[in-house]
Amino acid sequence: MSVPQSWTPPTSMDGGPARSREQVVAGLKGTDEGGPDLVQLLTPEGERRSDPRFDDYGADVDVEVLQDLYRDMVLVRRFDREGNALQRQGQLGIWVPLLGQEAAQVGAGRAMAPGDMAFPSYREHGIAWCRGVDPTELLGIFRGTDHGSWDPKATGFHLYTIVIGNQCLNATGYAMGQRFDGRVGNPDPADNEATICFFGDGATSQGDVHEGFVWAAVADAPVVFYCQNNQWAISEPLERQTRVPLYQRARGYGFPGIRVDGNDVLACRAVTRWALDECRSGNGPVLIEAFTYRMDAHTTSDDPSRYRLASELELWKLKDPIERVRVNLVREHGVGKGFFDEVQAESDALAARFREFCESMPAPPPDRIFSRVYAEGSPQLDAQRAEFLAYHASFADAGVA
Amino acid sequence: MAMLTMAKALNDGLRAAMERDPRVLVMGEDVGRLGGVFRVTDGLQKDFGEQRVLDTPLAESGIIGTAVGLAIRGFRPVCEIQFDGFVFPGYDQIVSQLAKLHYRSQGKVPMPVVVRIPFGGGIGAVEHHSESPEALFAHVAGLKVVACSNPVDAYWMIQQAIACDDPVIFFEPKRRYWEKAEVDPAAEPGPLFTSRVVRPGRTLTLAGYGSVLKTLLEAATAAEADGHELEVIDLRTVSPLDLGPVAESVRRTGRLVVVAEAPPESSVASEVAARIQQECFHSLEAPVLRVTGFDTPYPPSKCEEDYLPDLDRVLDAVDRSLAW
Repeated sequence: MSVPQSWTPPTSMDGGPARSREQVVAGLKGTDEGGPDLVQLLTPEGERRSDPRFDDYGADVDVEVLQDLYRDMVLVRRFDREGNALQRQGQLGIWVPLLGQEAAQVGAGRAMAPGDMAFPSYREHGIAWCRGVDPTELLGIFRGTDHGSWDPKATGFHLYTIVIGNQCLNATGYAMGQRFDGRVGNPDPADNEATICFFGDGATSQGDVHEGFVWAAVADAPVVFYCQNNQWAISEPLERQTRVPLYQRARGYGFPGIRVDGNDVLACRAVTRWALDECRSGNGPVLIEAFTYRMDAHTTSDDPSRYRLASELELWKLKDPIERVRVNLVREHGVGKGFFDEVQAESDALAARFREFCESMPAPPPDRIFSRVYAEGSPQLDAQRAEFLAYHASFADAGVA
Repeated sequence: MAMLTMAKALNDGLRAAMERDPRVLVMGEDVGRLGGVFRVTDGLQKDFGEQRVLDTPLAESGIIGTAVGLAIRGFRPVCEIQFDGFVFPGYDQIVSQLAKLHYRSQGKVPMPVVVRIPFGGGIGAVEHHSESPEALFAHVAGLKVVACSNPVDAYWMIQQAIACDDPVIFFEPKRRYWEKAEVDPAAEPGPLFTSRVVRPGRTLTLAGYGSVLKTLLEAATAAEADGHELEVIDLRTVSPLDLGPVAESVRRTGRLVVVAEAPPESSVASEVAARIQQECFHSLEAPVLRVTGFDTPYPPSKCEEDYLPDLDRVLDAVDRSLAW
């Protein structure tokens, strides 16, 4: 009769010796390296790298594409910084900074086709930018004038989801619908669609993310699960969420998981293009872990100095997602100062427009409270609204409004 | 005309809705091959295929969460939650997404989703199979909540709920699944979110929804022997409540007893009582009384006959009201 064996740590992905518990945690923390399985096409030093698995998906990257990606990232960073400043000046109630995640978002966003659908969390300002949502449309959420103003259908960009992980199921359902509508696996790629769902490392602990993975797998849903692992869920480091690298979880659900350098816009773009293609052709779902770093606070209400060392941020500054593209443009393509000055001027103009729009946003009228709770209305709510408006009007009658 | 059980009437209603609109999907645990544990979806997968009648993984948040995504895509999902006590893993998606997306998007993302929930006790079941959680949904802005009480309403209300562009939580009184009535598919149904006088009277008003309607009608018959004419109102919708007919009735009778299986605290019955005393204060001859379950978890089933409002407890409340 056999005796139950004690648990032994898993072996590493390359079949090497079992790691100790300490090694597992050190690998997860990985603030200075993403591990041997990291897909990287542009090093922090700005040198192009080859990866035979994904080179085809980056083969179109010429100097113009690089310049466009650079421009996207600079503009996104610029209005993100302006959002922080607007909060500090009392114009916004809160801002959710994406600093450091520009490559992870612009890479994924620019990999999408117009017919694809994105389900964001609440930090995806860079995806919004790539989907053609004007940055000023993000302001209402943080100023408190709306809960999301853009048209999800017209932009292929769902409204921000604030409850962590909920959108993984919504995205999976949407992707099931794409399949039911016959938009998967057609011979002409132009007839196909895919969905991409954005969430963070903290969300991977949520049941909805697990259920989304299960559902998408058994339904063959054309959905890319795009996890931006920025190492921190407010104050909780990655080892509070997981014992294995996140991309490896996909294996347990029966679909591929890939870890990509989330600060490398070329790698994020190439891997996401591949993953979306897989989904469109009927080989979804796919999990992508974009290994990146939240260089700013969780939100403007957060104080990271209470839980992490400044030296960690200094290490990540060396891997800045924008700087490596700039270096490559200069060294490999001889792009001159004129281009960078032009982008700088454009970003300043965007920030000014962003600020001006924010400062002039009117407060919604009081009866906005009752607006469009139901598609078909509710007599009960109509009565409450009428009573509320009569109450308001009573002040006008008394001349105190 | 056909004599149908409530389960079969719901089945016919679902079938009619699916035939009418190819975007209607039925999804849930065991709804396909098995036809649902109460057989409400019996035969639908066979006739409409696995893409329109989905046997889902065993996860309620997933059922609601993917239905939300399908609705964003333009489908009209009808979700089945197998039993009332199993809805809570899906409660987050119902409250956070299903109920709020129309408001969040200011009408750009409608949520025409129906969540069917067999509810209530009286079937001798184990824990979590006999609950009445309707107040937890009535309290959530953005949802509409209805409860059918008989096969005729079941047949029409399920079709109307599916046609509604708002999310509807559809409660089915499971101990009445096997009650029969004549259903005429050629009839003209009244509007969905309305209450209805089902037996006229002038001594006292009895109001309820779901399983207790049968008890209320029995109480009215029993009271007749004592010379009391009880007016019985089927509320049918619990959010938004349609209290016009109740107020009109109470202005005539001066007395109201509200009956439901759910615990009384912060309940639908309490909401009816509060609003009727506000609207009919000068007409009331007695306080509005509630006959309900108790503020306990649902008891072991050997105690449920005492927990559920039955004929005697309803008549006792009628006597107390009349004696006030």
